[in-house]
Amino acid sequence: MEAIKYLSPTAQMILFSALKIGVVFGVVMTAVAYAVLVERKVSAWIQNRVGPNRTAPFFINYLPVIGPFLVKLGIFQPAADGLKFLLKEDFTPSYVRKVYFWLAPAITVIPALLTVAVIPFGSNLGSEKMVIADLNVGILYTFGIVSLGVYGIVLAGYGSNSKYPFLGSIRSTAQMISYEIAMGMSVIPIFILTESLNLSDIIRYQAEHGWMILKQPLAFVIFLIAAFAETNRLPFDLPESESELVGGYHTEYSSMKFALFFLGEYANMIASAAMMVTLFLGGWTLPFIDALNLPASSLLLGLIHIGVFFAKMAFFMIVFIWVRWMLPRFRYDQLMDLGWRRFIPLALANIVVTALVVSLFNN
Amino acid sequence: MPQFTDLLFYALAGLTLLFGFLTVLNPLSRSPVTSAMFLVLTIISMAGLFVLLHAFFLAAVQVLVYAGAVMVVFLFVIMLLDLKADERRHFNKIAVGVGGLSALAIAGTLVASIVKTVPVSQTAGRLAEGETKALGRLLFESHILPFEILSVLLLVAMVGAILITKKDLR
Repeated sequence: MEAIKYLSPTAQMILFSALKIGVVFGVVMTAVAYAVLVERKVSAWIQNRVGPNRTAPFFINYLPVIGPFLVKLGIFQPAADGLKFLLKEDFTPSYVRKVYFWLAPAITVIPALLTVAVIPFGSNLGSEKMVIADLNVGILYTFGIVSLGVYGIVLAGYGSNSKYPFLGSIRSTAQMISYEIAMGMSVIPIFILTESLNLSDIIRYQAEHGWMILKQPLAFVIFLIAAFAETNRLPFDLPESESELVGGYHTEYSSMKFALFFLGEYANMIASAAMMVTLFLGGWTLPFIDALNLPASSLLLGLIHIGVFFAKMAFFMIVFIWVRWMLPRFRYDQLMDLGWRRFIPLALANIVVTALVVSLFNN
Repeated sequence: MPQFTDLLFYALAGLTLLFGFLTVLNPLSRSPVTSAMFLVLTIISMAGLFVLLHAFFLAAVQVLVYAGAVMVVFLFVIMLLDLKADERRHFNKIAVGVGGLSALAIAGTLVASIVKTVPVSQTAGRLAEGETKALGRLLFESHILPFEILSVLLLVAMVGAILITKKDLR
């Protein structure tokens, strides 16, 4: 550890950034794998089933009591699923547009992973801030990157060159653009209150003045529902809606390329859960306890902050999954109606009211 | 490290030009979707140039608005129209002439403005912090009238588009 001190500041920055990127990437990937497992388990419980409870590696026999328990929880299922995706035949239909067909899964995954870069997932460990890139325009960066994610779905539909995927991708373009507007507008009152676009500043403001969900409940509701539409989750999963479009935009995909679409969807869920925690639930802070509300002074506190952040994020992931298995799918016109005629006017009204209140109180 | 940023500038500028060229004249494909995708790449590399100027807000908005929204709608329209005939179309001599002429005119304007501009080295430093606020103040205080006129113009265009599509309103 001593050797690090002799490196130049630039070299230190590069070293720590690379370290953070590596760890965050690993954590997100693991979280994606286990989110799938949680999804299967929760859906099973909701439908009064058991869920994955058989996958057992050979060494499990040497672990008494704990071993069978882990197997029942399905802890090893994600590894088996991942292996299956890698080993299955990767079939490319003859009629597809090859370049786009190959590019689309990658374009779906990359933006979802890039979003995580600006999210402060803890205060600090030692002197190192727990955010990969503390951008001044953090939130705009997120929206910009998220808006690129739609290309993955559009190109998947176009590249597949067949009817159902095409319908799915046409739906997704309209849906994602519509809800992006509502989502973008819903967070403007937050900027008006915090006077900053930096996510760390927004967390600091919430630590001092109370969580944003209490001040902007309407903005939170709009953001939450728009997040469902942006991640293509039920009740808004019209781009894939399996009962009418087979699988929508990923009908023609198989093996790892198919898995990448799922990876992208879950990474997007994680990214939007992290955004909601940061914007509305105070990020890594917990109110009423000073030690947890201020930047960490010791290594242990830093780790607790990261734990708090992950606990809040896990809560939103469970909400995502829970809603999926409780609600039926919207009809397409209902979806558009909700987006354009309910949320956008509501978000606009919210902006005007917030701006009025802030300007009245400041004078 | 000035050399490193210089290197990045040339790389991004080169990429912008290359992608821009491939947007209008792609030797491998005449598909409008490919052109649109290269335009997206052009826009993203231009956002990279903005980042090099420390104009993070402009870079983010560039990606958010142009790459993320406008071009998606473009793709939407192109895919719905399914311009198969356009893929086989040969070069229209008049179109090439007019296009070349307007490209020359724009290039001339750009060169003239570069030659006439007095270099201001402090600008980048001033923009580096709080540039979103500075930009907002500029737009809503000193340039409020042109800004409002522009938004009304956009509204007019929108109303016009709706009027054209609604046949029974005419």
